[in-house]
Amino acid sequence: MINYSIAFKTIVIKEIFRFIRIWPQTLLPPAITTALYFLIFGKLIGDRIGTISGANYMDYIVPGIILMSVISHSYANVVSSFYSTKFQRNIEELLVAPIPNWVILSGYVSGGIIRGLLVGIVVALISMLFAEIKINHVGITLSIALLTATVFALAGFINAILAESFDDISIIPNFVLTPLSYLGGVFYSTDMLPGIWQIISKGNPILYMINAFRYGFIGVTDVDIQLTFIITGGFIITLIVFSLYLLHKGIGIKS
Amino acid sequence: MKALSLCNLKKIYNNGFVALKGIDLDVEAGDFFALLGPNGAGKSTAIGIISSLVNSTSGSVSIFGHDLKREQGQAKSCIGLVPQEVNFNQFDTVKSIVLNQAGYYGMPRKLALQRTEYCLRQMDLWDKRDTVSRRLSGGMKRRVMIARALVHAPKLLILDEPTAGVDIEIRRSMWKMMQEVNQQGTTIILTTHYLEEAESLCRNIAIINHGLIVENSDMKSLLARLHVEHFVLDLARPIATVPVIEGCQIERVTDLSLTVAVPKEHGLNKLFAQLSAQNIEVLSLKNKTNRLEQLFMDLVDANPVGSKPAGAK
Repeated sequence: MINYSIAFKTIVIKEIFRFIRIWPQTLLPPAITTALYFLIFGKLIGDRIGTISGANYMDYIVPGIILMSVISHSYANVVSSFYSTKFQRNIEELLVAPIPNWVILSGYVSGGIIRGLLVGIVVALISMLFAEIKINHVGITLSIALLTATVFALAGFINAILAESFDDISIIPNFVLTPLSYLGGVFYSTDMLPGIWQIISKGNPILYMINAFRYGFIGVTDVDIQLTFIITGGFIITLIVFSLYLLHKGIGIKS
Repeated sequence: MKALSLCNLKKIYNNGFVALKGIDLDVEAGDFFALLGPNGAGKSTAIGIISSLVNSTSGSVSIFGHDLKREQGQAKSCIGLVPQEVNFNQFDTVKSIVLNQAGYYGMPRKLALQRTEYCLRQMDLWDKRDTVSRRLSGGMKRRVMIARALVHAPKLLILDEPTAGVDIEIRRSMWKMMQEVNQQGTTIILTTHYLEEAESLCRNIAIINHGLIVENSDMKSLLARLHVEHFVLDLARPIATVPVIEGCQIERVTDLSLTVAVPKEHGLNKLFAQLSAQNIEVLSLKNKTNRLEQLFMDLVDANPVGSKPAGAK
């Protein structure tokens, strides 16, 4: 009987060592970027904006910036790691071994989640230099962070499977993730948008995640929290099924 | 017990290229088996399917009685693969490459560490265990791949051109290692372009060409089928004219050497006697080509693209 938990642990530990070994590329940049966000948007511009939904601007943007880092880093970890594994052909080590597809998927996704959450903690620590952080709903805050990291780690995995070049792994982060994150209410409330843009914004899933996360911190939200859990859960199930289908068919990884 | 059984295995790639046209092949447990064929014949595709790197179009693969589709876990556990090209993470250390592979096979940490040390020592790589793999020489990288393939003690080891591009000293040490692994009970399937390697190591052989098995027999009886052997003779004195010997075809290479095609029934004693009678003294002789190479070329040439070989499997 093969012990799959050992295979799972091996993949996860390998992934953690990978991003820790290259910490100047994986953990340092978000700390610097976040400090700049807080300095420019929070201190210099934020002081002129005043309050949004009763919260001062700095406190308002902190959750969004933390979650934006979680999103981009959980995605980036899996997409770059799994694509490199494919590119260097060391994916063959996994394909030859008696590892079921769900173990490969959960191993890589766990690596992405761990990096996403670790970066989230780093960003939260940096933000404490600029704002006083209080968490009103710990359960909602932690579960939204975990579920969001899972969604984007899964999305990164699918991107890596389908990518045929290094260009393909930067298209989604640059042209989809970053715009959706910025338009997901990190720096503003949807109430500030004109009517039609408020409706269009509701089609952006990241808006729900950021608002639910913000609700966990300061108790302010533009969306229904229950709906956020349903949307996020729906994304996770859909992405898991699609990832396993791709692995089962060997699309992008087998001839 | 069959270590490997392929039944009507076919592979058609998405671009329409038919790599395997339905091959049947059995390899007995404990065998040292050569799978030979020219480039593009279908060897790597067959090995890719056996090791789950390539999806088959149809047919079945059974490894030590476990069907590769229905009992994937058990079937895969029996296999160790040494691929043609380096495919480990070049930024990992030698030890972590082998140790991780043990983990993928579900080996507990303590046992994995023991097996890693054993395999690295066997490959003479223990001193290099903490070296980042991209700093290793080509021969060392190949040995890392062999150590990695052996770490879970597979019953079937597949070596896909393991000695390609390595110098003769390393090649010979790898031959010795392969023989030792086989003597310990591991079935080995070897693909190689060095036919003397296959001839000296393997007991049974299959030749694949244009997606079909064109020959499948034991090495001894295959070599016995060689009707004419080609030799190069080094002479003691220069010759003015090429000697004529009935039944043998002789060509001059230089004034001091000849090539001779000798039919099996003619024999070398008779040849030497006839040469002596013509006052030609032979200092030494060697095979012009490896015997298996000669047969291989005959079989491949006899089965050009599109033809169905006699007795094809």
